[in-house]
Amino acid sequence: MKDFGYTINKDRQINFDRTDKWIYEYLKKHEPSFKLCIGCGTCTATCSSGNFTDFNLRRLFTLIHRGYKLDMKDEITKCMLCGKCIMVCPRGVNTRNIILKINEVIENRKRKK
Amino acid sequence: MSKNVIVIGGGIAGMESSAYLAAMGYNVTILEKEGKLGGHLLKWERLFPTKRHGKEVLEFLSQGISEHVSIIYHADIENIERKDQVFNVHLSKGTSLKADAVLIATGYETFDARKKEEYGYGIYDNVITSPDLEEIFLSGKGIRTASGKVPQRIGLVHCVGSRDEKAGNIYCSKVCCVTGVKQAIEIKEKLSQTEVYCFYMDMRMYGFHFEELYKEAQEKWGVYFIRGRLSESCENADGTIVVKVEDTLAGKPLKMTVDLLVLLVGFVPSEGTRKIGELLGLSFNSNRFIKSADEHTMSNVSSEPGIFMAGTCTSPRTIANTIMDARSAAATVASYLEGYNIEKRTIHRNLK
Ligand code: SF4
Ligand code: SF4
Ligand code: SF4
Repeated sequence: MKDFGYTINKDRQINFDRTDKWIYEYLKKHEPSFKLCIGCGTCTATCSSGNFTDFNLRRLFTLIHRGYKLDMKDEITKCMLCGKCIMVCPRGVNTRNIILKINEVIENRKRKK
Repeated sequence: MSKNVIVIGGGIAGMESSAYLAAMGYNVTILEKEGKLGGHLLKWERLFPTKRHGKEVLEFLSQGISEHVSIIYHADIENIERKDQVFNVHLSKGTSLKADAVLIATGYETFDARKKEEYGYGIYDNVITSPDLEEIFLSGKGIRTASGKVPQRIGLVHCVGSRDEKAGNIYCSKVCCVTGVKQAIEIKEKLSQTEVYCFYMDMRMYGFHFEELYKEAQEKWGVYFIRGRLSESCENADGTIVVKVEDTLAGKPLKMTVDLLVLLVGFVPSEGTRKIGELLGLSFNSNRFIKSADEHTMSNVSSEPGIFMAGTCTSPRTIANTIMDARSAAATVASYLEGYNIEKRTIHRNLK
């Protein structure tokens, strides 16, 4: 068969109907202030870690809500738990505790497996 | 004998409601704490969205202040008593006035930007507020940095003291987005070579012609808009200011050096609003403005009979909205004084 050099590209859309939002559901329940984020980015701007790595707390929260697949463990280990983000959040989101809860949910899931 | 109404505050709301009450035949007395009528309008050079001069509106409002309106300047209210249907207002100079109704038009103050310490107002010389910039416009002096240079880059920061629970104000002040756009354009009109950046969370261009002004800022003046809320600013050795935000649309933290930083401060209830509300034993809403009997249907009605409100003592408002609210307050006061009591209608909750 003649090879025209075409391939089928993988779908890059977030298929919201299909994504697994279990982490979001867990966080919503165990740290309800997670629901209050307005995506202003103040936390990211002030984040010591975000200035030197590709860690972005605001984006992480957004992606968790959409159920986007991420290496969560790898993401949250970049956070130094310094708490600067809590001080600046205009909505009083308990950002630091959300990181701790993400860790908790990953550990719980590991244990179940 | 025609009835007496005391209007507390001679800003936009106080002036326009007095004009309507006087036109309806009431004896109106405005108690103004300053030596002039006009309130904040005196401090605003041009107004959004048309960029017309504030003076024009003031002149219009002044035409309503006929001989049927008396004004007491530098009024300091000590106490207000009520006996049956009559109010007795005591001023600190020993004067007392009788009134059949009291209309509160004590308005707002701008948020004290010093409370947002991380933004550097009152600490760094090149951080100013939107009223400070307006003062520069009014004075006719050029826009200069603290050391007298023409700024090459100016940043405007939205939502200073608004939409911020850390500052104690969760509400949106409604006017600062469009004020920012207006001021950005005015900067460009005066300093065409200066780059202007607005740092915003949402561009709240809800009013008629606001969106057009926003488009004009982009199209005609080349103003830039970056979506991210200011986290902090710091000062370089040369006095320039470094701002830190997340450029949320790019998904990356961003720092930028500006020569001048303008903080678009929001509304808080004025000292007078708090004081008069407390003197009269009125209820306040969760944002510390005076509470309206109902937000949809009775914005001018207080928790006490015979006491009414007009303008920004109940919530942030634009000038257009304040003028409408003032007229509506005049109608409400009149219906009370004539015994129609339509302000006593009740609105039912949970009607099925
Ligand atoms: S500062 Fe708060 S509201 Fe803003 S993006 Fe971060 S968590 Fe969300
Ligand atoms: S606690 Fe973590 S996310 Fe928050 S500012 Fe510190 S390093 Fe960044
Ligand atoms: S009008 Fe704009 S700048 Fe003012 S508080 Fe609302 S969103 Fe913020």
